[in-house]
Amino acid sequence: MDLIFEGIKKAFWLLITFDPEVMGITLLSLGISGSATLISLLIGISTGVIVALSEFPGRRIAISLINTGMGLPPVVVGLFVTILLWRNGPLGFFGILYTPTAIIIAQTVIATPIVMGITLAAIQQLPKKLRLQILALGATRLQMVWILIKEAKLLLLAAVMAGFGGVISEVGASIMVGGNIKGYSRVLTTATVMETSRGNFDIAIALGIILLLLAYFINLILTQIQQRERPK
Amino acid sequence: MKTDLRDSKPILEVKDLEVNRGGTMILNVPSLLIKEREILSLIGPNGAGKTTLLQTLSYLLKPFQGEIYFKGEKVKSNHSVFEYRRRLAMVFQEPLLFDTTVYDNVASGLKIRGMKRSEMSGRITEQLDRFGIGHLSDRSAKTLSGGEAQRTSLARAFALRPEILLLDEPFSSLDPPTRDSLIEDLEHILRQTRTTAIFATHDRLEALRLSNRIAVMNEGRILQTGFSGEVMNHPVNELVASFVGVETILTGKVIKKNGGTFIVSISGQEIEAVGEAQIGEAVLLCIRPENVILSTRPSREATSARNVFPGRIEKVISLGLYQKVQLNCGFPLIAYVTHHSIENLSLQVGKEVTASFKATAIHVVRRKGK
Repeated sequence: MDLIFEGIKKAFWLLITFDPEVMGITLLSLGISGSATLISLLIGISTGVIVALSEFPGRRIAISLINTGMGLPPVVVGLFVTILLWRNGPLGFFGILYTPTAIIIAQTVIATPIVMGITLAAIQQLPKKLRLQILALGATRLQMVWILIKEAKLLLLAAVMAGFGGVISEVGASIMVGGNIKGYSRVLTTATVMETSRGNFDIAIALGIILLLLAYFINLILTQIQQRERPK
Repeated sequence: MKTDLRDSKPILEVKDLEVNRGGTMILNVPSLLIKEREILSLIGPNGAGKTTLLQTLSYLLKPFQGEIYFKGEKVKSNHSVFEYRRRLAMVFQEPLLFDTTVYDNVASGLKIRGMKRSEMSGRITEQLDRFGIGHLSDRSAKTLSGGEAQRTSLARAFALRPEILLLDEPFSSLDPPTRDSLIEDLEHILRQTRTTAIFATHDRLEALRLSNRIAVMNEGRILQTGFSGEVMNHPVNELVASFVGVETILTGKVIKKNGGTFIVSISGQEIEAVGEAQIGEAVLLCIRPENVILSTRPSREATSARNVFPGRIEKVISLGLYQKVQLNCGFPLIAYVTHHSIENLSLQVGKEVTASFKATAIHVVRRKGK
């Protein structure tokens, strides 16, 4: 019990004094996962909208693949990204294995199907006739797509949160492709794993609390928006 | 009684329109012409092809064969489809509003068509007032009742000042009182704005009320087109008759009023009906055949009904439980009688009978503003 109590006490101390190492790790985590989420939004929303609105052979298979991708195990993603970026792998010439860029790539691979799947569902739940109504109002195809995205904005917000939540808390891929290099590619989750294995519970708990707080704030924002948008 | 359309130019012309899906022809309209300021109703049962026709006319349903001419110019060669669509507006059965305020919903079409926000406000306020939803302007569209939502949808379409308005069963998901008040307003607004409209409905009374001309559709084809009374009273075939010809529909003018009733003159005969109407007003009287009583007694005093007319039987058609008797009383009249009565009264073609119906049994369709 003492161990936990001491750990929590020290953890709060690290947090309220803005310990430079803890803060550095947190900012790096936010930067990497934020970038990965942003890229996955660009790819996921555009592809999701296209798949939702178009008819092509194999569409059902594509949708089931996207849905499967929503649950990609980070370790598997880590494995494949490592192989791709390995020095004599197909993309080895970039020399980016064990860099923050590699983590961004791996996290993008994890978040994109999540964003894509939720986008797909969000667009498909809109009434089909809404598209006809928008076109009948004189919209171009591009205007129609934009209006549909705006109509689905609440669910798309959920996509942002789910994507970000998925990658900020992911550890397997980050450790495999980032290498957990101190001050360079060490993020919240990889640091927590390492500190725990070393028995440095105070830092591990501090990092854990930050992760929990992030998760809490993400959900708080989401809930706030959903409640505000709900009809009175 | 009708808007005078003789000088009206054709606004929309359709040639050899065909839509095929999965090897079946779901729409086949060799020709259809709509004049400026005309209101054409498409009536027919569900699945008759009304929606398909409207969506094809607005190029929302592709592909199709055939040609559409807008103001004499072929769409696609002289207009782009997109430009053409921006001269129309369409209202669907569902309101299909956007997740924003009523005001922004009414503005949405104008915004899509690239109008500046400052230029819109006059037009939007005009439509909000016209449809009686001005007080809802800032409300979220999600909180509206069915009637309010459909009013917003109509206001959004009218704000575009369309050259042709396409209405796809806009009232069918509303409850009767809401529907009635909306139809009344829409009728007034259509006349006032002199909007050309094509109106799909499965309710022939709605069609009678709103349109100049009626096209009866079934299985993707137009079976008959004509002025309202013409189609209703002279259906070209059994199919049309089974859909529209179930009641007698008479056109006449109100000549007298007394209390809650009024007298309508129809081909020189006077029929008493119940309700509100102005003297000189044109009305349609709809009489359901089961409300018409036939007797062989010539006496006028024999019944309490005010509307008693001698007539001659022109046709007797068996309809299973009933026989449909077509009479000529100076105006056409249809009655349903049981087989029993047919035998008792020995009703047959050429026989003189007395037909009577109560003033309260007449459904009056007012055609004000025409």
